[in-house]
Amino acid sequence: MTTNGLTSWAVDLKDVGAIYPFQGWEVFMVVLGFIFWIGWHIIQTRQENQEIAEDMAADRSGDETRAAIDRY
Amino acid sequence: MEGNLNALTTIFTEFYYWVTIVMMFLIHVGFCTYEVGASRRRNHLKTLMKNAMAIPLVTVTFYLFGWWIYFAFPNGPGITGGLVSAPYAEPWNPLMAAHLSGVNPGENGVTAADAAVWSRLNGVFWGAFLLFSITTASIVSGAIIERARSGAFWIIAILLGSVLWILDAAWGWHPQGWMVKLWGYHDAYASGVVHAIAGGSALAFLMVLGPRLGKFRPDGTPRDIPPHNVWLVTIGLFLIYTGFWGFYAACNVPIIGPETIGGQITGTTWTATNIYYGPTSLSAITFNFLMSLSGGMMAGYLISKGDPFWTFSCGLCGVIGASAGNDLYHPIQAMLIGAIVPAICYKLHYFVERTFKIDDAVGAVAVHGYGGFLGVVVAGFLLWGQPSSPFEGFAHINPLGNFAGACLMFLLGLIPTWIVCKIMDSMGLLRVPAKVELEGVDFALNHAFEASVTEVGTAEKAMIK
Repeated sequence: MTTNGLTSWAVDLKDVGAIYPFQGWEVFMVVLGFIFWIGWHIIQTRQENQEIAEDMAADRSGDETRAAIDRY
Repeated sequence: MEGNLNALTTIFTEFYYWVTIVMMFLIHVGFCTYEVGASRRRNHLKTLMKNAMAIPLVTVTFYLFGWWIYFAFPNGPGITGGLVSAPYAEPWNPLMAAHLSGVNPGENGVTAADAAVWSRLNGVFWGAFLLFSITTASIVSGAIIERARSGAFWIIAILLGSVLWILDAAWGWHPQGWMVKLWGYHDAYASGVVHAIAGGSALAFLMVLGPRLGKFRPDGTPRDIPPHNVWLVTIGLFLIYTGFWGFYAACNVPIIGPETIGGQITGTTWTATNIYYGPTSLSAITFNFLMSLSGGMMAGYLISKGDPFWTFSCGLCGVIGASAGNDLYHPIQAMLIGAIVPAICYKLHYFVERTFKIDDAVGAVAVHGYGGFLGVVVAGFLLWGQPSSPFEGFAHINPLGNFAGACLMFLLGLIPTWIVCKIMDSMGLLRVPAKVELEGVDFALNHAFEASVTEVGTAEKAMIK
């Protein structure tokens, strides 16, 4: 068994094309790529919403905000 | 025409490796920047010098004996054969200096065949491998900041950079290495041979050294000791990313013909290869480097909730995790490996810190040690059954061979470093005293600085009329 169709390099390189594992699964891998990308945005947006909610609930007196403004 | 083609190929290859050396220097600018940022202000100058002085020390020792180890030890020795004769790598050989390839009468140890190959390539190959050596040593440097004595680190830097890593390279990163022949070990961009061994060494150093004062509360829970300049840390990591491109290019043979390889490949098509002479291309590794970096940064950003240090560190860990097979992976595979490996390493870092009280100031054991280890293991599965070499009779790539190889790499860093650190510790050479650690290791330097500032300021004020 071999994951890329080659069991030895006893070949003429002019006859060799793709050398990555699981050839034939390219579309599936691209779908996984899209899922990873879109999934990242979904999770990131939720995390950002959570962070903003915590920031909104913090520093009710405004003291830390004034100090941050002075610090520039 | 044949002579001219040979000359062109030789000069191209010479220039190619030279350029990679220049690029890899950026890794060390990055390491220094990153460690200075990670340390507290009262330690940053000694931290800088500790890492910077690894460069000349590993350079000199790699010239004196490191380069020879690579060529002499592929068989073990005693596993697949004896010591291999390599006169062109001995420091007294004329080919370890400026040489124009002719054979002078009476020139000891130089044959016409050796001179033809090594006169133009010895310096640049040595230089490329040297930059790998210095990188391997520098990985340990960040973990031990703020309490290790500089001299102790430099001993370990030489041990790791000029002995242990180059020995593991002779075994598992050489076209005739016994690990490749017998185990089918595949580690194209050095997940194991550089990163796992360095991570193992760093872990051993940390086990003997102990944590920084104040790192752990009385109840044993860790305190965070933040970098004094996070921006400098991230710029440093960014520079390491940039230099890493040179590392990847230097791991390849840029162009070679089947007849020169002398293996099973038929026909006349020239190709780039990995270090084992297995065909790949610069284009392939460009896809995979960028996708594994991106997978790491994206995973790191989420898992650390946007922490700059961990986002950049996970990007690096992503590349390291995919490096063992980045000559052959599909880019989507590289991206997913680049995402999953750092996520595991991030969790492991904090688990080891909590459970075993290991204070790794920069996460080097996680990013390099665990990341490199996992990278080798993953490659054994994903590349299962593929040829490890274009030479006949070599084992195929397989999960058991790569897992055993990963263990060997990690332990080859851990055990010798632990022994040497224990010896240094028994002699009081490993760690600064508690009073010095609390003052800051830059205490004397800062004193001298402030004294000079006061003196010149006083003199100038006296001139005001």
